[in-house]
Amino acid sequence: MKILVCISKAPDTTSKIAFSDGNTKFDENGVQFIVNPYDEWYALVRALEIKEAQGGNVTIISVGGADYEPIIRKALAIGADDAVRIDASESDSLFVAKQIANYAKDKGFDMIMCGKETINYNGSVVPGMVAELLDMPYIPLAIKLDVNGGAATVEREIAGGEEVLEVSFPFVLSAAKGMAEQRIPNMRGIMAARTKPLAVEAAAGAEASTSVKSYSMPPAKGACKYIDAENAGELIRLLHEEAKVI
Amino acid sequence: MSVLVCIDSHHGKFPKSSLEAVSYGSKLAAQLGTNCVALAIGKMDGDGGIGSAGASQVLHAADVTTSDSQQLTKLVMAAVEKTGADIVVFSHDINGKLVAPRVAAKMDAGLVPGAIALPDTASGFVVRKNVFSGKALADVEVKTAKKVITVLPNSFDLASGGSAASVEAFSADLGTARVTVKEVKSSEKDGEIPLPEAELVVSAGRGMKGPEHWGPVEELAKILGAATACSRPVSDIGWRPHHEHVGQTGITIRPNLYIAIGISGAIQHLAGVNGSKVIVVINKDPEAPFFKAADYGIVGDAFEVLPKVIEAAKQFKASN
Ligand SMILES: Cc1cc2nc3c(=O)[nH]c(=O)nc-3n(C[C@H](O)[C@H](O)[C@H](O)COP(=O)(O)OP(=O)(O)OC[C@H]3O[C@@H](n4cnc5c(N)ncnc54)[C@H](O)[C@@H]3O)c2cc1C
Ligand SMILES: Nc1ncnc2c1ncn2[C@@H]1O[C@H](COP(=O)(O)O)[C@@H](O)[C@H]1O
Repeated sequence: MKILVCISKAPDTTSKIAFSDGNTKFDENGVQFIVNPYDEWYALVRALEIKEAQGGNVTIISVGGADYEPIIRKALAIGADDAVRIDASESDSLFVAKQIANYAKDKGFDMIMCGKETINYNGSVVPGMVAELLDMPYIPLAIKLDVNGGAATVEREIAGGEEVLEVSFPFVLSAAKGMAEQRIPNMRGIMAARTKPLAVEAAAGAEASTSVKSYSMPPAKGACKYIDAENAGELIRLLHEEAKVI
Repeated sequence: MSVLVCIDSHHGKFPKSSLEAVSYGSKLAAQLGTNCVALAIGKMDGDGGIGSAGASQVLHAADVTTSDSQQLTKLVMAAVEKTGADIVVFSHDINGKLVAPRVAAKMDAGLVPGAIALPDTASGFVVRKNVFSGKALADVEVKTAKKVITVLPNSFDLASGGSAASVEAFSADLGTARVTVKEVKSSEKDGEIPLPEAELVVSAGRGMKGPEHWGPVEELAKILGAATACSRPVSDIGWRPHHEHVGQTGITIRPNLYIAIGISGAIQHLAGVNGSKVIVVINKDPEAPFFKAADYGIVGDAFEVLPKVIEAAKQFKASN
């Protein structure tokens, strides 16, 4: 099994969100970066489990600048075999997808695994674009993946339940909760990661199809209105008469 | 030039989020001085409410039931060709996420996922979306001639009152499927509302102390007609099913009302619920961070507060 896992970099979930340069840039001051949780906990760990059971190779790909390297090393420490970084700014989903597709097109990967979305852009679009560019099937929001011979069985979330699908190789999926459990890299993994191959490749020519013009903060919430616990039933009246939600 | 909106029916009906996408597409078409056509996939009655939501023309692919995104993309592209659409709109739901990215790549179009407002077309084409899991907003400029937009559920007003749409049967050569459905596991129980679509949600966390104490949580949800949700530790230790887990690593919901009982309000939890229109927090700790995000708060022991709220809800339902 040759598996490609797409890893994106995200601010730690507790980061303070602020913007600089006239609200056009995310202010990275004091921000800790992590591997996007869906990419790490679900896509990467499941890829490693499959490799461990069946043999094969897990390659990491990231589209981003040199600041991606600690993130990629973390993914290698968890157990991926090698990695490639496409050296470019990751400002636009279609651009990122084109880079991933361009790298993967002649490498013979059986599966390309992504996270369900990045927690900073909340797109949920890169993997589907990669699938289209490579003419591969795509299964979004996969919560279970089993590989059996020439096909894979994948469960995905659908409206009001789950759907069990059979899909032929190669294909692209995006991973959601349920796929695997988080793995903490151990000392040996961290040491080994230092010497694992991390190639840097130039980006293929492509224009950005979108760009963020500016950021803003959502309107502040009004103050919380407190209701006395002794008189808790009052809540229902307020929800009906004041908030008008019931 | 026109706007194409692609929506899927569920059990013969369009969810509200699909009709919101239709409203979005038709308002956008009006803004650009063009027309809006809906591609309706799956069974529906009459015009499925699409006319009322604002579109006057429907292409109806009644028999398409595939889960293969390549086949669905062929269907959408055939409709794009037929209508000459250069803007394609989906809901940012499970079906939209399956097909919209493919269609954007196929059309070489910039895609804005999860739009919360109509584009600003005064100079260029700029669409507002949530980023950082709802903690900030971004104005995204689409630079390509063709554009794809997915509309965030429960964030754009549903239009109503439009006249019935004309419905035309539509089909296309979809080729063979590479993805086949083996089984569908429905978690829809009778009378239970699926969480992602629920407008009212009652949610509880570790403050409930154990799974045996969920009775009042479920009872309140039932009286209000709400779905139930929970915090991550609660689903991790198996007190509640995984599909109820909301937050950064679970699902994101944007109901009109979110009642959080015995949940501290960690930032990762808030990331999944902070788009809710009204938030109620019931917690015995007045310092619980959740109160900062709340519209209404009750400081008190859930085991004493809940029976009072349930009693009031029962009386309210009996007289309304
Ligand atoms: C990367 C990452 C991702 C995460 N993703 C998620 C996620 O998706 N969703 C999520 O929920 N969490 C997530 N978490 C965990 C999150 O940080 C919190 O630990 C979690 O939300 C806490 O759950 P809780 O509020 O139920 O429990 P606690 O934090 O233990 O809070 C329990 C609350 O109940 C109150 N309480 C106790 N007894 C009573 C009573 N009798 N009556 C009323 N109130 C009472 C307490 O005052 C307290 O505020 C994530 C964490 C990380 C690091
Ligand atoms: N810059 C990137 N490099 C590699 N993979 C990425 C990048 N951006 C997004 N992805 C992958 O695509 C998934 C969905 O991202 P998005 O469409 O931005 O929400 C992520 O979970 C990653 O697996």
